[in-house]
Amino acid sequence: MDIFLQQLVNGLVLGSIYALVALGYTMVYGILELINFAHGEVTMIGAMVALSVIGVLMGAAPDLPGVMVVLAGILVAIPACMALAFGIEKIAYRPLRKAPRLAPLITAIGVSIILQNLAMLIWGRQYVSFPPLLPTIRFEFLGAHISLLQIAIVVLAVTIMAGLWLLVEKSRLGRAMRATAQSKEVAQLMGVNVDRVISATFIIGAAIAAIAGVMVSAYYGLAHYYMGFMLGLKAFSAAVLGGIGNIAGAMLGGLLLGVIEALGAGYIGDITGGFLGSHYQDVFAFFVLILVLVFRPSGLLGERVANRA
Amino acid sequence: MLDSLRRRPRLAFALLAVLLAALPFIMGFGLGNSWVRVLDFVLLYVLLAIGLNIVVGYAGLLDLGYIAFYALGAYVYAWLASPHFGLHLPFWAVLPIGAAVAGLFGVLLGAPTLRLRGDYLAIVTLGFGEIIRIFMNNLNAPFNLTNGPQGMNLIDPVSVAGLSFGKSLHLFGMKLPPTYLYYYLFLAFTLLAILVAFRLQDSRIGRAWAAIREDEVAAAAMGINTRNMKLLAFAMGATFGGLAGGLFAAFQGFISPESFTLWESILVLCMIVLGGMGNIPGVILGAVLLTMIPEALRYIGDLQRATLGHIVVDPSDLRMLLFGVALVAMMLFRPAGLLPSRQRKREFAAEDGVAEQEQASLYDAKA
Amino acid sequence: MSVLLSVDQVTKRFGGLAALEDVSLTVEAGEIYGLIGPNGAGKTTLFNCMTGLYTVTSGAVRLAGAEVQALKPHQIVKRGFARTFQNIRLFANMSALENVMVGRHPRTHATVLGAVLRCRKTRAEEAGIREHAHELLRYVGLGGKSRGLASHLSYGDQRRLEIARALATEPKLLALDEPVAGMNPNERQQMGELFRKLREGGVTLLLIEHDVKLVMGLCDRVAVLDYGRKIAEGPAEEVRRDPAVIAAYLGGEA
Repeated sequence: MDIFLQQLVNGLVLGSIYALVALGYTMVYGILELINFAHGEVTMIGAMVALSVIGVLMGAAPDLPGVMVVLAGILVAIPACMALAFGIEKIAYRPLRKAPRLAPLITAIGVSIILQNLAMLIWGRQYVSFPPLLPTIRFEFLGAHISLLQIAIVVLAVTIMAGLWLLVEKSRLGRAMRATAQSKEVAQLMGVNVDRVISATFIIGAAIAAIAGVMVSAYYGLAHYYMGFMLGLKAFSAAVLGGIGNIAGAMLGGLLLGVIEALGAGYIGDITGGFLGSHYQDVFAFFVLILVLVFRPSGLLGERVANRA
Repeated sequence: MLDSLRRRPRLAFALLAVLLAALPFIMGFGLGNSWVRVLDFVLLYVLLAIGLNIVVGYAGLLDLGYIAFYALGAYVYAWLASPHFGLHLPFWAVLPIGAAVAGLFGVLLGAPTLRLRGDYLAIVTLGFGEIIRIFMNNLNAPFNLTNGPQGMNLIDPVSVAGLSFGKSLHLFGMKLPPTYLYYYLFLAFTLLAILVAFRLQDSRIGRAWAAIREDEVAAAAMGINTRNMKLLAFAMGATFGGLAGGLFAAFQGFISPESFTLWESILVLCMIVLGGMGNIPGVILGAVLLTMIPEALRYIGDLQRATLGHIVVDPSDLRMLLFGVALVAMMLFRPAGLLPSRQRKREFAAEDGVAEQEQASLYDAKA
Repeated sequence: MSVLLSVDQVTKRFGGLAALEDVSLTVEAGEIYGLIGPNGAGKTTLFNCMTGLYTVTSGAVRLAGAEVQALKPHQIVKRGFARTFQNIRLFANMSALENVMVGRHPRTHATVLGAVLRCRKTRAEEAGIREHAHELLRYVGLGGKSRGLASHLSYGDQRRLEIARALATEPKLLALDEPVAGMNPNERQQMGELFRKLREGGVTLLLIEHDVKLVMGLCDRVAVLDYGRKIAEGPAEEVRRDPAVIAAYLGGEA
């Protein structure tokens, strides 16, 4: 039972990070019907930039409290990722908005490769470790351990999701985004600057991704030029699970996928009689993805039918 | 010169045949025997690219896990012809089995996903590629199926009528190392694949694929069973991949999961995109270029060492970066590839095709 | 005359919205049957239900007596029911000839093996496809335009090409969705002649049309849809005088 609870806690923490990254996929897909392959890499860049800033600050101002240093890292990473996403959309996606479907998908893969390899050239092939700046207080709760960092991740993630929900549902920009997702042409006729809305969508997704990137590296204690790939794939799977294009769906899908993965990794050994072990953790996301696409392509909360008439 | 050859296709054909036959010797003497090995890989990649082109170029389905089928072919070969299980079946039996297994997996993966939109297929195939790799990495315990990250070695070389491709052949006083022998074997398979691809393209089946790529609903309204045709393209591509994988295993004598990463899938995709989707000469060009360029890039390392005294940027680090830039740049500036197919050219540049069409109708009026 | 197509109490709902409500009609072999109605009356929806693009919510569609409403589009084509689209859906980047050649798909048989080996049977079939396609292009009046790209044809020619492509599937029943939309009177006249020629050739025609004059002059019988319901059916002259029809549709123009 305590294993179950522990894995549930771990899954929810990880899942809230997946949910944040999934939001970026789902928002872009909702508006452009484009799988923004490079989104995982934007998350990675966020983590790397933050770690660089943290490294510099630790050298320059060793007396600064750890939380402040990390916060500074996040605050630099956010605009960096926003600028990056803005540039990616403008250079690699916008010119291809009317091209055959395959074209933007291929440039998305290209951008992803570029970012990954640039990161490798800048930060090297080695794992970059996240310095022990944050308090390591742990609480015990019905036999499961939960750290202050885990609580902080979940609280921050929930806050961001609530903020995004307010933005999309209540603000002018949110209304413009929803209108653009329905029909770019009509939105344009109604006076919405579609290009700006699309840029804004990318930028908002990237800002959230930057935070998620720092969360992931803080949680695992390391970052790596390759980390965005798997994270991105899982987040995309989460978005599909929840119903791609649907913001609440991305949140639900992320949490659910995190829990599935954690419980799956915890119990797969027992289920298969020791044949498969916890190193198959990464496989679950794909099985979930394939199963969802086969049995409910519109996802849990999606109304749109993925199948073309 | 080219023009006179065009008027005499037979002569051109004969010249090409002589050139292809002599190529390993030219490369071997001119640049060194390591280049013959490169040549072998060029042919393997041409084979892979032609297979993927059926899926991506003909039917318009983006398959990002193509290398998984290559891996399946290679592992099946290794299981059936290596000391791992003590099986040593002949290559003419193993190769078709590997190709068939890959094709079967293609159907199993494609059947549920091909009714979905194209970009979902891209993600599902990508996931499938990763799943296969993760399994190959971990299936060494509790039952040692794949030998995990260490991979499997001592795989039997191809052997035909008592002639083992693993040893040098002495012929008319010449010594032909294995890389030469495999060159001719791969060449035979590649030429066969090219023939198959050409004939399919120019058939009822190829037209059905093109129609699906253009407009799936209209294709269905023309009586085309779109799901089955897509599945056929997908399975055929997978079969080609499995075949190439088997050849790869026999050639290397050693395989490990490291050879089958996502980036290999992307590399093959790059070949098609760079050369010209759907156009076989373009695909061949793409495969040749992208296999040779990394080899040539090694010289950048030497150049750095000579001029700067040490290596600043590892050329192998640059390779993927350049591929990424190439993918984006090609899509933005020359989306139909270096050697575009007739059809793709029109597709991407519908505007400036009017002159061509006028010419065509003039021709028609004469005919 | 025998009944070729019968639509029996077909209802189609999208979510809660009923696009078709209890629609029934019969098309007899050899006639030209018109389907008219104001915009949004459900004409194209009915076409899509008949040709397998939509699944009906309830009701049945029978082709030569056999139920087809559960079949896939390609199976319905194979049974001899072809169609064109309101917003022309040609294979834009293929030549006119290739477009029509695609239409031969359900009537030809070459398999992968046949195509690869290019045996005598396949070669003969391929030559037949090409020949047949050329013939159809001439038939619809595109004889000199076979090599041109479909997307480069004029609007009227694209409509003709779409008909040729549909004819290549050898339909007994051909459904045309607004085949003369956007054409000038002269072109409409020519299309009308093509339709009569088709009928003489043994093809039953079902057309959706806005141009009431054309429909009245051409069609043997007409059905009128309004808000997803059939409000009239019968010989053109009778329907024209039907008060319900005048109120719903002709009233605006007459």
